[in-house]
Amino acid sequence: MSVRHALLALLSEGPKYGLQLREEFEAGTGEVWPLNVGQVYTTLQRLERDGLVESEGDGQDGPQKGFLITPAGLRELTRWLRTPPGLASPPRDELVMKVLVAGRVPGTDVQDVIQVHRRYLVELMQQWTRIKETEAESDLNLALVVDAELFRLDAVVRWLDAADGRIKRAAAGRPAQNTKNSKDTADTADTTAPAGPLPRPRRRTRTGR
Amino acid sequence: MRHVSRVYGQGVAEVQALHEVDLDVDAGMMVAVMGPSGSGKSTLLTIAGSLEDPSSGEVRVCGEELTKLPRNAKARLRRRTIGYVFQDFNLLPGLTAAENVALPLELDGVPARKARAAGLAAMEELGLAERASHFPDQLSGGERQRVAIARAVVGDRRLLLADEPSGALDSANGEAVMRLIHAACKRGLAAVVVTHDAQLASWADRVVFLRDGRVTDQTMPAPGPESLLTPGPRQPGPGQ
Repeated sequence: MSVRHALLALLSEGPKYGLQLREEFEAGTGEVWPLNVGQVYTTLQRLERDGLVESEGDGQDGPQKGFLITPAGLRELTRWLRTPPGLASPPRDELVMKVLVAGRVPGTDVQDVIQVHRRYLVELMQQWTRIKETEAESDLNLALVVDAELFRLDAVVRWLDAADGRIKRAAAGRPAQNTKNSKDTADTADTTAPAGPLPRPRRRTRTGR
Repeated sequence: MRHVSRVYGQGVAEVQALHEVDLDVDAGMMVAVMGPSGSGKSTLLTIAGSLEDPSSGEVRVCGEELTKLPRNAKARLRRRTIGYVFQDFNLLPGLTAAENVALPLELDGVPARKARAAGLAAMEELGLAERASHFPDQLSGGERQRVAIARAVVGDRRLLLADEPSGALDSANGEAVMRLIHAACKRGLAAVVVTHDAQLASWADRVVFLRDGRVTDQTMPAPGPESLLTPGPRQPGPGQ
């Protein structure tokens, strides 16, 4: 998961303070990924060192210091959004992050970003399927490994399809028919199945952490 | 297909099912069309199979422009050149497997004995010879779909059109069906398989993505399998 790029995405909306970034980060990711303030400032310092963000109000450190994204930062963000996550580990979390933050980046079509990744995953699945069709035919272990890869990648494609459908419905202003009970069924034949709004940040009272 | 559009209804009820779709499928190629429900996949297939006319645009099968063909020539093309595979098999329950497979040839005027021989040959190719005299209700789902594929490739078919061909099957039978379709393509057939399932689509040589009636994207020719089988992570994503 890339905190760097998530912060860049938040800054692409306009200048922000460090604390604000932490709150928006946690809210924007459904509070699944907690982030401490120290981590935010360390990351911001590195981003500034790399020329991807600039700080406002030189000299004064701490919560009153604002940050803004540079043109180089915007370019890096756009590149990252469209770069497939590495394959060594399940790409889902990184991909979830990309799709979640893509919606916040001005001028970025989330469905476009989703399609870039969908195509990449399907291309990868085509390669695995070729192996299944040829080499794995006579090699049980290889066939099992190939199946495992195909099912894993397939699950990610299905998530992208579901996300695509949800975002489309949310954009069309047609919220869920059953928001209270939007449990996803395994209905694979219909990717437009249970409707639901985009994840909304839950309200949370902050205790000094 | 060139600039193929299909509009249903009029005025406020107008639905644009396909919008300026371009699609080429060469002989020997299997193309999968992927998209969510309502994206126009099935419309694309029925137009490619001349079961329905486009509102505008051009469709050619083996060089013949469908919209310019007279009715009976179109029907002949459908009988001789195009094979269809559906999710629910669509076999005739009163005919044996072999009779089902031979039926398109018989309808086309091929003498019964010759048609039956060609039907049996197609069934043998798909490993179904011993099921030839069974009726559809005596066959498993996977076998029924293999019979349907035999029927779709029997004789001198050039184009196979399949709509969710393994939608009703478990993953092993689904895989067997895709394997057969891909093998048929390697023998020179062109195939278009419509599916929402990425695992099935990944059998295709090319995957075309349809969205709201438009072709929005397609896969690039894949590098060889060796790129996945060499040790170490492939293409370490620079954006980590």
